[in-house]
Amino acid sequence: MKSIFPRRILIWFAPLIFLGVFFFYPFLRILAFGLSFETLKANNLQLAVHVLLFTFYQASLSTLLTLLIGLPSAYLFARFDFHGKSLLRALTTVPFMLPTVVVAAGFNALLGPRGWINLTFMHLFALNSPPIQFVGTLGAILLAHVFYNTTIVIRIISNALSGLDPKLEQAARSLGANERRVWWNVILPMLRPSILAASLLVFLFDFSSFGVILLLGGPTFATLEVEIYIQALQMLNLPVAALLAFIQLLCTLAFSILYTRFSTRVTIQSAPRSANQHKANTIKEKVFVFAFCVLLFVLFILPMLALPLRSVSRLQADRGQQTQAHYGLTTDYYTELFINRRNTLFYVPPITAALNSLLYAGATVILSLLLGFPAASVLAKPGRLEKILDPILILPLGASAVTLALGFIIAFGRLLISPWLVPLAHTLVALPFVIRTLQPAIASIPDRLRQAATTLGASPLRVWQNVDWPILSRATLSAATFAFTISLGEFGATLLLARPDYPTIPIAIYNFLSQPGDLNYGQAMAMATLLMTLTTVGILFIEKQRLPGVGEF
Amino acid sequence: MLEIRGIYKTYEAQPLLQNISFLVGTGETICLLGPSGSGKSTLLRMIAGLEPPDAGQILWDGIDLATTPPHLRDFGLVFQDYALFPHLDVFDNVAFGLRMKNWKSDEIKTRLAEVLELVNLRGFEHRKVTDLSGGEQQRVALARALAPHPRLLMFDEPLGALDRALREDLLNELRGILHRTQIPAIYVTHDQDEAFTIADRVLLLHNGQIVQEGTPADVWSEPNSVWVAQFLGLGNIIEGNIVNGNKVETRVGIFSMLCNHQHQVGDKVYLLVRPLAVENEANQIRGRVADVVFQQDRFKVTLDDGLYFYLKDEPKIGQMLETKVRLECLL
Repeated sequence: MKSIFPRRILIWFAPLIFLGVFFFYPFLRILAFGLSFETLKANNLQLAVHVLLFTFYQASLSTLLTLLIGLPSAYLFARFDFHGKSLLRALTTVPFMLPTVVVAAGFNALLGPRGWINLTFMHLFALNSPPIQFVGTLGAILLAHVFYNTTIVIRIISNALSGLDPKLEQAARSLGANERRVWWNVILPMLRPSILAASLLVFLFDFSSFGVILLLGGPTFATLEVEIYIQALQMLNLPVAALLAFIQLLCTLAFSILYTRFSTRVTIQSAPRSANQHKANTIKEKVFVFAFCVLLFVLFILPMLALPLRSVSRLQADRGQQTQAHYGLTTDYYTELFINRRNTLFYVPPITAALNSLLYAGATVILSLLLGFPAASVLAKPGRLEKILDPILILPLGASAVTLALGFIIAFGRLLISPWLVPLAHTLVALPFVIRTLQPAIASIPDRLRQAATTLGASPLRVWQNVDWPILSRATLSAATFAFTISLGEFGATLLLARPDYPTIPIAIYNFLSQPGDLNYGQAMAMATLLMTLTTVGILFIEKQRLPGVGEF
Repeated sequence: MLEIRGIYKTYEAQPLLQNISFLVGTGETICLLGPSGSGKSTLLRMIAGLEPPDAGQILWDGIDLATTPPHLRDFGLVFQDYALFPHLDVFDNVAFGLRMKNWKSDEIKTRLAEVLELVNLRGFEHRKVTDLSGGEQQRVALARALAPHPRLLMFDEPLGALDRALREDLLNELRGILHRTQIPAIYVTHDQDEAFTIADRVLLLHNGQIVQEGTPADVWSEPNSVWVAQFLGLGNIIEGNIVNGNKVETRVGIFSMLCNHQHQVGDKVYLLVRPLAVENEANQIRGRVADVVFQQDRFKVTLDDGLYFYLKDEPKIGQMLETKVRLECLL
């Protein structure tokens, strides 16, 4: 064993150097910037407290609402058998990984001033302005957060629920407990750790939400993340941004630690899954199942349906010209993407944003696999060294994309002209996912398979070729898809780091959405539809490749 | 010819194997027999080159293999739970070793047909290994190890996971295959029936040492220690003291005994009383029948002093019984 130690260090070398240069060094620079005497002034602290309070407020409210929808939905999936269940389950998993710009565009297409509902009302009642104010309200933020995170509650709680031994409930019933008391005294107490873990995770995501707030909340709402962006890029006040980033890091770290605590307490019982499930029998049950199926369908499908439909529909000419409005199907928004117009936002045809995105995503895949493979293979068979190094590798997961990008700006400010910083930041964001995908697959290969190959005459290289690689190729493909979709949809870090002449798809969508005019709006819809399609294919692919029972989040 | 010379190995600061030496000749099957945890599997893995010994040598035809990496040793190893490659079908599993030796594909086909015929798996070429039964998987594992013509075959408790009837069938097949191919083999097991069926020579492993070595018949008829007699379940073992000459006093009577050991009066000895009744012996044992168990063609009769015997006719419980026995002295 002693002789293996230095080799392990060698394997660790690349990932550690990478994290050192691109995570810990920028992190230290943030600390130095944010915690200096000049920064810690009363008005800065006041701003920080104000922003922190709003961040907590919206995250708590979002979490509460998510639980309100998520808990009954979890019950629906865990206990009932109904037509289209697997389809509905698959639908609920997609939003979680959709890029924020796509979700924002989707809700915009449904409820925004140029969205289906407002335009329908305007047409029906001949109104001059959209009757429903959605974009720019707290409601928009909350709804988008519920849309994003309900799937977390469903997954964690329905797993726990269907794992509960039905005999415990039967025992409680035979001891005289009615249905309500069975829930109150038996089921809920047993679910408590799962509910806590799910809530914390949802809270963590809502707390560090960036794109949703910026795109749907508008200028009135600023969470820590948004304020970091505003201070860094609009106010050019890096020290205050650093102070906020430090607070953000502290909070997310605390929540991550709490989450890990609670999630380890979630015990998985091995009651047969199907034993707990039945068809809705009573009228009450039938109403419940129907109502929630409809609710989930509306919540998850309408925004995602509104988006592609809106991207091919001309619903209104420019404002104030309703009389000359053209209605009907159009491919204009897509063809416009290929045209380089002088007076638009870019000096390049918008479709180059897609090419940039693909290029960055490709680089992210290569980088994160190169770094993720060695890290995952040593983590799969942890020794003393790995026990120390494991948290170091996972730490960047707790850091939000905006914070990472701010670190880049502070640490490598002069290098900002390089378009390479974007894929590097994307790699940091994707690396934890890549490692968590590869590690269980590597650990699942028993040593004796390698030994069997060796005794059959395979050299170490050929063992890797013929045993490890064929078994790992699926997980590698999943990890690569993960990295690809994450990079493709990444918004926060990219917004801070991307050069104006190297936009990515999400940046282009953001720019289009913040400009007036039907054409800009339509192009945002078209781009978002493209991104949604690419990402959904990626997500469904990962879901299909997932090893049974391996890592949920 | 394989030669093992003075192998030592410690595991977690405990001595696991101490001074292990033995030879495996051409065409010979030897069996390492010992309880679990006696270091048998570790010894196999060291011969395969998967683990280094702390001290000692492993030689093939007089050449030390210390610097030969495992994939160049040409030793086939059949694992306890088969270790079949789940991503390959039967054909590709068995052909694995041949591909590693860069055989041509028509040679591989011919050899595969031969080997699969040998293990009775013709027609299984394109089945998934994960769909096979335990016995079939075992045959694939055997075929895979046999295919590249290894110069030595090693089996690590290969039948442990199978049920009894299947185990006997496979064991007899394996015996036939080893006999026909004349490949020297080392077979590791904790089951003495398996060991006595398959082995030309048995090595008994206890506390990291080889405590007895010989043909199955030799080991069975002349156990050299109390532990061996107990482990092999050869019969009743009773404690006694030498009183004078060849007389031994025990808790069930005084017996006269012939043995080659040099005993002093007062020495403590252990006697093995085999459970089969014999004629023409001086010593006899009396006792009341406490329990009778039917065992196929005989009855296992336990007396109230704890000794047991096999009898043809069923006695009544409570009845007095008298039987002639032969005594063997163990060290």
